[in-house]
Amino acid sequence: MSETGYAASPRIRWTEWLPWLAGVAVFFLLPEYLLFGARILTYILFALSLDLIVGYAGIVTLGHSAFFGAGAYVAGILAAKVKLTDPIVLLVAATVAAGVLGVTTGAVILRTRGLTQLMLTLAIAALCLEVANKATPITGGADGLSGVTIAPIFGLFRFDLFGKTAYLLCLVTLLAGWWLVRRLIYSPFGATLTGIRENSDRMHAIGAPVYRRLLAVYTISAMIAGVAGALSTETNQFVGLNVLGFEPSGELLVMLILGGVGRLYGAFVGPVVFLIAQDALAKQFPQFWYLGIGLMLVLVVLFARGGLLGLADALAARVRRSV
Amino acid sequence: MADALRLTGVRAGYGATVVLEDITLSLAERGSLAVLGRNGVGKTTLLATIMGHTSFHAGSIEYRGAEIRHVPVYERSRLGVGYVPQGRDIFPSLSLEENLLVAARPGRWTLERVYELLPRLAQRRRQMGNQLSGGEQQMLAIGRALMGNPSLVLLDEPLEGLAPLIVDALLKTLDRLIREDALTVMLVEQSAKLALEVTAQVVVLNRGRIMHHGPSAELLADPQRLTSLVVAS
Repeated sequence: MSETGYAASPRIRWTEWLPWLAGVAVFFLLPEYLLFGARILTYILFALSLDLIVGYAGIVTLGHSAFFGAGAYVAGILAAKVKLTDPIVLLVAATVAAGVLGVTTGAVILRTRGLTQLMLTLAIAALCLEVANKATPITGGADGLSGVTIAPIFGLFRFDLFGKTAYLLCLVTLLAGWWLVRRLIYSPFGATLTGIRENSDRMHAIGAPVYRRLLAVYTISAMIAGVAGALSTETNQFVGLNVLGFEPSGELLVMLILGGVGRLYGAFVGPVVFLIAQDALAKQFPQFWYLGIGLMLVLVVLFARGGLLGLADALAARVRRSV
Repeated sequence: MADALRLTGVRAGYGATVVLEDITLSLAERGSLAVLGRNGVGKTTLLATIMGHTSFHAGSIEYRGAEIRHVPVYERSRLGVGYVPQGRDIFPSLSLEENLLVAARPGRWTLERVYELLPRLAQRRRQMGNQLSGGEQQMLAIGRALMGNPSLVLLDEPLEGLAPLIVDALLKTLDRLIREDALTVMLVEQSAKLALEVTAQVVVLNRGRIMHHGPSAELLADPQRLTSLVVAS
């Protein structure tokens, strides 16, 4: 786990600007990959929301896709069925919907711990998947929700085929999400979350309302995941059942483990490595691409417990010692 | 003087297992009480029960005249009950200062005042919780309890496993908290002599029951009785 907190300097270090420089550089240097880039940015935001609860608050979940899916479907249904197509309004609606789902499911889930909690998160994701599958008139069921059209942002920036607008929208939204998560981590609230993760009984004994704090962070995390879901809908102008269930939740957890849990920027590194590897491996070995991902995960779990960022930290420390 | 804490007929333990039987005691405001006894007689369980960490079977716990038996743990802390647990339970991923600040509540105990009481903490403020020595962790555990601005502090074996120099420093700190800062203190300690020297009252537990309750000075002045009580317990 990273050693960050609100008594540590909240000043943004120069290295923290690197992801944003890379994001802007991709926009200008790799215009043919902007749709793929928008997908990566969406998953970074999604992973950031997961890191907030897994890495900082210690809530292990296999059902985080429920909130991503809720955001994606709410944005899609409002656009396709209600003809509410303003992308900013859709983002807000998705945030609210995912937040409501987060607070109601969190109220139940967070009363449990360990395996029970894990199973409940999985069950809620499965329930959401089944609801989306059966509510065909609204969600499109197994065929997915088509007919989603998104209006230009502020009436000016149209969503184009090459993904320029979508990419920039995702980048700006991710910046806002990162800023929010970073502020939370470097606040008394963030330190309380670390305390709860490490010893919830002790946090009780020093007067922290543990359940309420966990519910608050779970809801915030759900809202961020909902925004990521809505971004996915706005980018793809389509919603399929693949946004819900165990698989996207599990994949997201794998991405976070790859990058490094509880490190903030692990949520950036993990999705980038995972999705690029997935893309490259799927092109080279269409039948066996998951083998490569699995191998990568095994290596990280065996030799880099803190994920790729943990490995980088360890290597940097070794270099410093040897100099 | 009004009672800060009053336990009446307390029966408590872990699940169905009863550890404490018929505990009745009171502790006056600004008073100090040593809890003595051999290992396994229920000293830690007594503090944990006051804090709300055990299964409560019968009796009542009054804090400043209000029944707190059903009050959640964090509310007890907010009411003014501070707890320094055995083993310290420092948060390893938080810095020393963060460990203090997560427990902060408005009142006369501030970061500066804790650093003034325990200057060693000020020197190590940026160190992570897992980079502190045992003595520093113990000081931090006491400082963290004070940051909650309690009026009653429960200390569970705060001197356990510490070097003599650190023990001396902590005893001076405890003495100051009791005499100058007017805190009500309940101290569980293996070293009977040290505990009796800093407290006004003492209870000796035996198999979860109180077998002696009286002034500390009286027991300190009678080493034979002290030995027989603690060894017999």
